[in-house]
Amino acid sequence: MSLNLSEYLQKTVDDLSGNFADKLIHVYQSSGDTFIVIQADALLEICKYLKENLHYIYLSDVFGIDRYTSEERFEVVYNLLSFKHHQRVFIKVRCEEENPEVDSVSKIWKAANWFEREVYDMFGVFFRNHPDLRRIYMPEDFEYYPLRKEFPLLGIPGSIPLPSTTPDTD
Amino acid sequence: MGIESALGKGFLTTRMDTLVKWARANAAWPMPMGLACCAIEMMAFAGPRYDAARFGSEVMRFSPRQADVMIVAGWCSYKMSHAIRRIWDQMPDPKWCIAMGACASTGGMHRCYGVVQGCDNFLPVDAYISGCPPRPDAVLHALMKIQDKIKKEHSITLDT
Repeated sequence: MSLNLSEYLQKTVDDLSGNFADKLIHVYQSSGDTFIVIQADALLEICKYLKENLHYIYLSDVFGIDRYTSEERFEVVYNLLSFKHHQRVFIKVRCEEENPEVDSVSKIWKAANWFEREVYDMFGVFFRNHPDLRRIYMPEDFEYYPLRKEFPLLGIPGSIPLPSTTPDTD
Repeated sequence: MGIESALGKGFLTTRMDTLVKWARANAAWPMPMGLACCAIEMMAFAGPRYDAARFGSEVMRFSPRQADVMIVAGWCSYKMSHAIRRIWDQMPDPKWCIAMGACASTGGMHRCYGVVQGCDNFLPVDAYISGCPPRPDAVLHALMKIQDKIKKEHSITLDT
């Protein structure tokens, strides 16, 4: 399928493929948005390049996807915006089911701190060198990752305790 | 006739129990536990249009120590349930609880791992309000149900 890119997104794709030719896996469009799948080991340099050279200064969101495949099961997606050029681009990296790990981009965009915690909380993807990788929605001692596809919709009974229905008496 | 004739003018007799229940029923101060969209309807319930003051219930107490009725308005997550229970335990007896809206009553549309499927899993609920969110007059209706309940309960006399 041929890509229908704006001038600036074309420049983005050209610059990336010029500088990181062997790190780009796939560029595609869906629902009017542009997605660039890259190799996980090049995440930091590509993100740095996008911010410093192509003005993608705003990290709008980071989210996870459970592809539920035997290879490269998890995907982490970075939603980047350039206000100056009014452009949005999505960067994707994939990781394995066993010990899913991705580099943290929180040094590049501070906003990544909580976004990455959310992905960790929901999918169990670990972020290397994250300053404060703790659960954000679920209780600290919760053992599961609720947005993984094998997790039942209604949760696992008894995995999160409810308060006792009798008042505490000392 | 009876004791009234001995008391002279300006006295009225009733039973202590009835008097206490009358006082309690007409001064049911709510503890607003606003968790989601229902909380906005709950604000309207105390506002000028629906005017819970007519029932003596306009005094929203943000301290549990002076509240009688807890209105759980909105969906309650497992994490939040512990805070709600703690506030409920801090309210002095006698106390009543209203589960406002589908989420507080049953989990509502949030049929998922993080949301308690009805706050009656950890609170003794006296009145459930249907709706998503319910109108403020439905909250008034629940309040009147609670008032009926207070008037029927024993306050100081005991079943012997």
